[in-house]
Amino acid sequence: MPAKTEYVTLKTDVLIIGAGGAGLRAAIAATEAGSSVIIASKSLLGKAHTVMAEGGIAAALGNVDPQDNWKVHFTDTYVEGVYLSNWRMVELLAKEAPDRVYELERFGALFDRTPDGKIMQRPFGAHTYRRLCYTGDKTGLELIRTLQDKVAHSPARILDEFVVTKIISVNGKVAGAFGISMRDGTFKLIECKSLIIATGGLGRLFKVTSNSWEGTGDGLALAYRAGAVLNDMEMIQFHPTGMIWPPAVRGLLVTEGVRGEGGLLYNKDNERFMLRYSPKKKELDARDVVARAIYQEIIEGRGSEHGGVYLDITHRGAKYIKEKLPSMYMQYKEFSDIDITKERMEVAPTVHYHMGGIRVEPDTGSTNIIGLYAAGEASSGLHGANRLGGNSLTDLLVFGKIVGASAASFAKNSNQIKFDESAVREEIDRILSFTDNSGTNPYQLIDTLRESMSKNVGILRNEKDLTKALDTIKSLIPKIKGIGVKGGLRFNPGLLACLELNNLILSAELVVRGALERKESRGAHARTDFPMRKDDVWRKNIIFTYNDGKNDMSFVEVPELPDHLKELGKEV
Amino acid sequence: MEDVKIKIRRSEPALSSEWRYEEYSVPVVEGMVVLDAVHYIQNNIDPTLAVRWNCKAARCGSCSAEIDGKPKLMCKTRLDSLGSKITINPIKAYPVVKDLVTDVSQNYEIAKKIPPFTPKQGLQEPWKFMQIDVTRSKEFRTCIECFLCQDVCHVIREHQSNYYGPKHVVKIAALDLHPIDSIDRSELMHHDGGLGYCDITKCCQNVCPEEIRITDNAIIPEKERIVDHAYDPIGVLIKKIKKRKW
Repeated sequence: MPAKTEYVTLKTDVLIIGAGGAGLRAAIAATEAGSSVIIASKSLLGKAHTVMAEGGIAAALGNVDPQDNWKVHFTDTYVEGVYLSNWRMVELLAKEAPDRVYELERFGALFDRTPDGKIMQRPFGAHTYRRLCYTGDKTGLELIRTLQDKVAHSPARILDEFVVTKIISVNGKVAGAFGISMRDGTFKLIECKSLIIATGGLGRLFKVTSNSWEGTGDGLALAYRAGAVLNDMEMIQFHPTGMIWPPAVRGLLVTEGVRGEGGLLYNKDNERFMLRYSPKKKELDARDVVARAIYQEIIEGRGSEHGGVYLDITHRGAKYIKEKLPSMYMQYKEFSDIDITKERMEVAPTVHYHMGGIRVEPDTGSTNIIGLYAAGEASSGLHGANRLGGNSLTDLLVFGKIVGASAASFAKNSNQIKFDESAVREEIDRILSFTDNSGTNPYQLIDTLRESMSKNVGILRNEKDLTKALDTIKSLIPKIKGIGVKGGLRFNPGLLACLELNNLILSAELVVRGALERKESRGAHARTDFPMRKDDVWRKNIIFTYNDGKNDMSFVEVPELPDHLKELGKEV
Repeated sequence: MEDVKIKIRRSEPALSSEWRYEEYSVPVVEGMVVLDAVHYIQNNIDPTLAVRWNCKAARCGSCSAEIDGKPKLMCKTRLDSLGSKITINPIKAYPVVKDLVTDVSQNYEIAKKIPPFTPKQGLQEPWKFMQIDVTRSKEFRTCIECFLCQDVCHVIREHQSNYYGPKHVVKIAALDLHPIDSIDRSELMHHDGGLGYCDITKCCQNVCPEEIRITDNAIIPEKERIVDHAYDPIGVLIKKIKKRKW
């Protein structure tokens, strides 16, 4: 098949890459500000990984526990992020969350109610009060559908099933992006004045993960290669409860909502072991704590039949479970022949979320590249070393709006940056080099990488294992030069795998190098060879900058809390 | 466990009108679903095999196909529920892009025509309403947009009509049953939406992976609203009187 090298050029004020919660919320803000907007999304509209969010969205409405307010939400988030977060991002999140939730309701979302008709709130790990607004266990779906509808009735243009392969920047300024439209198999260049990355995380770096196919670190790699700084790459969250049996569904998420609704964890000796690890918060401690406890039980031989632990919600009764946790009921019934209203679930930790990502300015979501912005899981700084359940959906709405408005305002006052066409030609050549028949199969290399990451970069890390992972990565780097598949540009999964593998391997290297460097234990990053937290040395972010083909590592001190926030710790 | 033989319809209509079945042999792992088998083929035999998927957890509704002639989600159909020979076709209601991927974009065009949620004016914020009002709408809000109901709808498959299709009636039901929504969409469904074409064969309801009772709870009530709106003689009279300026 002759290779096509022509491309179509589109122009817009704001280009948004990613159509999950953050991307869609940003699109609404940017169109409302009068900008022209294109949303480029790797998946079909409405299929983003956000639909997998189950438990709810955290906002201190105080509907169930009137004592709750933004200050407590701030403190919970900041403390459980183990003092690595950017305080201003946490402050914005906690303060703006209630407005964004009520706004989503005005957009048409339906939340479950309290007996007196207000938005209902459920307890969740390490939130002091009942704070998660929810729609059964399908909160993410409700959020996406609501935003999707809003965007469908807005002037924003949607390019779905479009894979961005390169961000074009000139002298530290963003100029556009290039990619493949999978449905018609054509190349497209999108010129833009500002660009928002809302591409989510990198869970697919691991074999056992709750992440959908999209989470291959694309946005991080795109931004990084365009010059953006990456932050806290080593911080990867394991969700304490993923499915473990049968093998085909290993890693699939079991919502924290199960524990929020009263689910209890047991080991094979029928001991409610969380009482031992966390006498106060028990099953509802922060995710890093619960995940480590489960892992500890498993490696010390107190695991369940298939190498997990038991999660029991049967005492809540069939009617309640089906009403509050319908997806979980379906999931276990369909995939593992287990009726969770009568039997216990078997669960084990699964890679769930990346706290690291593109380093941004809190008040605008801007990066060090002029005109380049990031929001949601692709950005970093909000969750520090550990994300609280429910804060991710809040993140999408709060920072999606902020970033959409600031990217629009930037676009309004800027001109399109001119660039040389050679940048596009080089990218076309790069992409087409993967469609050479003689290349090696990318999937096998991806498998090797994922296997090694799951084995060596786990819940408990140490230098020996991390070095093994780094060696695997180094051995793969020369091999990826020879990958390729047959076929053309139209919906060619093998070609996508080639492109994604380049992003995965870059992300993997930065994750592992960060993890090796951070010689302490903090939040999700637990080192058996450095089990203590070292605030005197390590209250800093590890950052990476792409420098002429090299990955330069440096450090930035975490900003100290200002006085008005320092007081909070004493108040709450 | 023994291998299964999987036959998949391969085609790329933009390049050629020809299509063929290709058969693959796939080793079975416990609990495996059809999508796992397709992934196995992609990873080990033919990386160009096109399939749309996202979550592999029956939440996103991407991987619709016809498995042994039945419209299903590939991620929710276990191999142990099927025989040792399986045939997978793309869904038939939409044009094929490549292999198992179809072009479902017309659904997004229809979605634009449905008036969005429009709240009643003058209510005190934040709004208050009861759980029962949420529960009533919830059934329709679980729609994962897999388009299987559209796929089996014979009006869409076989007739040139303007009928939006069951998926969109579900959307309208979700909006109509929102306790704060203020718009009547029955006029739209009566005319532009072509709901009259539906003759309630319940095929859509039978394939919904979310078990939404599409015909019983969305289509029939919507048809009743249309009847009330357009054909009830007393209602029509009252409307006329109301419209008249005194």
